[in-house]
Amino acid sequence: MNPTTTPTATGNGHAHDHDHGHDLERHGHHELPFWRKYIFSVDHKVIGIQYAVTALFFLLFGFSLMMIMRWQLAYPGQPLPLFGKLLGETAMPGGVMAPEFYNQLGAMHGTIMVFLGVVPLAVGGFGNFVMPLQIGAPDMAFPRINLASYWIFLPGCILMMAGFFMPGGAAQSGWTSYPPLSDIATSGQTVWCLAMVLIITSSLLGSINFIVTIVQMRAKGLTFWRLPFFVHAQLVTSFLLLLAFPPLEAATVMQLMDRLAGTSFFLPSGLVVSGEQLKVAGGGSPLLWQHLFWFLAHPEVYVLILPAMGIVAEVVANNTRKPLWGYRLLVYSVIFLGFMSFVVWAHHMFMTGMGTTMSTFFQTTTMIISIPSVVILTCFIMSLYGGAIRFNTPMLFATAFLPMFAIGGLTGLPLGLTASDIYLHDTFYVIGHFHYVVAPGTLFALFAGIYYWYPKATGRQMNATLGKLHFWFSFVAINFVFMPMFFQGMAGLSRRLYDPTVYAHGRGVQALNVVISMGAWGLGLAQIFFIINFFMSLKNGARVTENPWNATTLEWAAPSPPGHGNFLTEPIVYREPYEYSVPGHANDYSPQFKAEG
Amino acid sequence: MSDTVIPYMVKPHPVTGIPNGKFGIWLFLASEVMLFGALFSSYVLIRTGAPHWPPEGGLSSEILNVPLATLNTGILITSSITMVLAWASCKLGELPKFKLWMGATILLSFGFLIVKYFEYSHKFELGHYPSHDNFYAVYFTLTGLHGVHILGGIVVNSYLLGPGSKLWATDREHFTNRVENAGLYWHFVDLVWIFLFPCLYLL
Amino acid sequence: MDEKVYGWWLPPDVSVHGAKIDQLITVLHWFMLLLFVGWGAFFVWTLFKYRAREGHKAIYAPVAAVATKYIEGAVVVVEVFLLFGLSTPVWLAYKNNPPNDAEAVHIRVVAEQFAWNFHYPGKDKKFGSGKLDLIGGDNPLGLDPEDKDGKDDIVTINQLHIPVHKPVYVEVSSKDVIRAFNIPVLRVKQDTIPGQKIPIWFEATAPGHYEIACAQLCGLGHYRMRADVLIDTPEDYAKWEAENAPPPQEAPAAAAPDTAPDNTPAPEKK
Repeated sequence: MNPTTTPTATGNGHAHDHDHGHDLERHGHHELPFWRKYIFSVDHKVIGIQYAVTALFFLLFGFSLMMIMRWQLAYPGQPLPLFGKLLGETAMPGGVMAPEFYNQLGAMHGTIMVFLGVVPLAVGGFGNFVMPLQIGAPDMAFPRINLASYWIFLPGCILMMAGFFMPGGAAQSGWTSYPPLSDIATSGQTVWCLAMVLIITSSLLGSINFIVTIVQMRAKGLTFWRLPFFVHAQLVTSFLLLLAFPPLEAATVMQLMDRLAGTSFFLPSGLVVSGEQLKVAGGGSPLLWQHLFWFLAHPEVYVLILPAMGIVAEVVANNTRKPLWGYRLLVYSVIFLGFMSFVVWAHHMFMTGMGTTMSTFFQTTTMIISIPSVVILTCFIMSLYGGAIRFNTPMLFATAFLPMFAIGGLTGLPLGLTASDIYLHDTFYVIGHFHYVVAPGTLFALFAGIYYWYPKATGRQMNATLGKLHFWFSFVAINFVFMPMFFQGMAGLSRRLYDPTVYAHGRGVQALNVVISMGAWGLGLAQIFFIINFFMSLKNGARVTENPWNATTLEWAAPSPPGHGNFLTEPIVYREPYEYSVPGHANDYSPQFKAEG
Repeated sequence: MSDTVIPYMVKPHPVTGIPNGKFGIWLFLASEVMLFGALFSSYVLIRTGAPHWPPEGGLSSEILNVPLATLNTGILITSSITMVLAWASCKLGELPKFKLWMGATILLSFGFLIVKYFEYSHKFELGHYPSHDNFYAVYFTLTGLHGVHILGGIVVNSYLLGPGSKLWATDREHFTNRVENAGLYWHFVDLVWIFLFPCLYLL
Repeated sequence: MDEKVYGWWLPPDVSVHGAKIDQLITVLHWFMLLLFVGWGAFFVWTLFKYRAREGHKAIYAPVAAVATKYIEGAVVVVEVFLLFGLSTPVWLAYKNNPPNDAEAVHIRVVAEQFAWNFHYPGKDKKFGSGKLDLIGGDNPLGLDPEDKDGKDDIVTINQLHIPVHKPVYVEVSSKDVIRAFNIPVLRVKQDTIPGQKIPIWFEATAPGHYEIACAQLCGLGHYRMRADVLIDTPEDYAKWEAENAPPPQEAPAAAAPDTAPDNTPAPEKK
């Protein structure tokens, strides 16, 4: 095709003779300058890595915010050593955290972890990097839109950070930004809204790209029932992002109008703030925001968890050396989860005074949505059964995902049932519940993904010893962080309290706050193993060939790292995705891309 | 970017029957439906919660300028027709005609915005800003967001009329597809107005 | 207030409806524990039994897992039971069937940044009307001094007195932002939505001194949205009512705010 391509590129799609003729379209020809290759790149792999690195940075940053908050919770009113002075007199007068600053840290922790951390890593990072490789595509369907997606996302992140420098500080009305509180909050909230508009736009562009790519660009022979589970998970995720995010965008626009143009979408008549009547027209509805927000934010939960399940499926199948148990059941379950996630949102709002018909409807749908989750867990555990399980670092994280996700899922039951939710709503029990899903659940799966695909992205393995240290320390520490929260919640402790010892029932569980904080700082220290490993392995990791894990899916047909265009020869798919230990075959793995097992 | 080749950029995929771009635009429109759907639902919720609509009394049709909006409806529908004609001209291989019809579409879009400008400035003269009450809040937010969509359409269409039309020389089919996709978007924007007009002005 | 009553699990329950909620929470946690332990044991056993080792090969053919189907079926059945057998009836009982008017004590709760105002109708059982324009430092509810219904009203800040063994009918609302009215020991929680008066009701079963918490982030003072709830014996309650009723003269009803210990702001540890 194009003979001018440089031979240095590690593996270009040019060598192969395509026979699609006019179907095929070509951009550009020559070696690209640095900034086109690594900064404003249209290559899905570069964009994926950009997303992943940005997201990892924000995960660390968002976690750091929480580590600072944890001091105040463990030792209320005591000056924070070392860092206390650095953060300035407004935030930490005399080194003691101000309540406003505590609320800023809380709101920004949630926002950063969800919108700037987990989703960009799970979807922007892994989705971008792995999905096109797994379907045997040379790139995404719209490489330039992919580029735009990242370069809208990044300014959104920077804008979100800029909130900290606004008068009055960053957004401080919780990541949920409930009006009227958020409508009357300081200007950090305006920045939050603007940043959200950018982030939402970016993820819309991304999701359109993902869906088109998965549907239109699968390699020859790669039918839907031969797709790796990860791709199915990404497909459902993309639909959730595509359809659930616009209502939040609409809500954010309305909140911006309330804040900037003085409208009253979310402000009812007769508000009196600090003894003064609020000078607005009124007539709005504060609950309208909650409906629109949770219409996004519940599917958002599945946006977090589905890619994680996808990664776990890949890692589990690979390391048990047997086919995934109930592959089709898994696929049906995630599709069902995707649909159901649109009709459970109001279970976040049981305490808002909704009618009994509505609450009964939503608690029923909530119970229904728990069933596919049970099925998925069962499939994973049955996949372990009868395997020959290799416990390498990715597998350790993937294995730990299962019980952690189970705890997160099970503790959702008392929250999803209205009667028990009366007592547990908005207590630390909720915090424990969703963190088990997102932190030792999703994040562990994402770590598994990093350890698993790092060789593909860099051509080098990560260090196994450091990886295991990272795993064991994180695993122990994280349970010290989130398990005690259930007990605090059972004791009735409300969430988002700057000083829980104001309450007698808070003083009763204050000792646990010290335990949690120690756990959180320990968890922070455990990440040092990962950070060292991540950077050291770039230089010192053992070099790998295409398929270091003896895996079966298509990404392992491409060179490590794949060059632009991904595959040296156009891959053709011959079989199901997880054909491990097929009786009569020479190896214990029969890749999709090899005609002979 | 040596020579990555994206399949089905121009030719339809054998199974879905459409090329990537058209699939993408349909998905984009699905998300737009959710966006405007959420706004319309919010409007319904706020309106049903109000003791009287518009809150200051009277009728929507008395407060808003129905004749001008009717004119605008006419303009937009006409622009949809010219958009189809522009695409049809591409299909027939007549670039000059395409330019004529596309030019007309863009002019009509500007016409719409100019009429809108008169409507807005009249409200502002009366001191009726979005903060006046929720009727104006809804009116300005919905029509404003729609106006932003019109602006977006003008940008895309102008690109296709200007620098974008160079593609015609190298790949007619691809260019025609682009015009078709821009047209799909344009019809959607038009359709949103068809809903906005009765919901805001008449009901 | 006896701090010893609060531990690492549910605090004491002094409400009529709370027992059923506690029962549901307890049943749920046993169910969860059973599932998790059973499932976890199998999980750990599997990890051990099927670890990679010399001479061990993975089994290609899918296991026909009949047991999992039964377990999944059982989970569904239990969930249906939890949903329609335990949760929904309790919820419906909690939400429907308000106490009858004559019998119940009526109280209005008006939250603001950052205090709870409690408004009692007084002897005439009629709440005085409020006006937005009258809201001020000494009249947090904007009660109209002209309104004769309001003459005997009692308004307290951060102190809720309720009689024991008597249904209490509370309408919660908020002057500014959303928060949640939460009395852990009474198993009561209700978001207060500005612009709405939302009714809830409960009945205490034992006298005591407990606390009211705010459960929804409401601003920088969210943590100190704490109030006391004093569940009084009928005699104590009558005494309190008599002591706090405004004098019968034309004293503006609004001047009535209870001056009893105001323990809003300062957190005890500082």
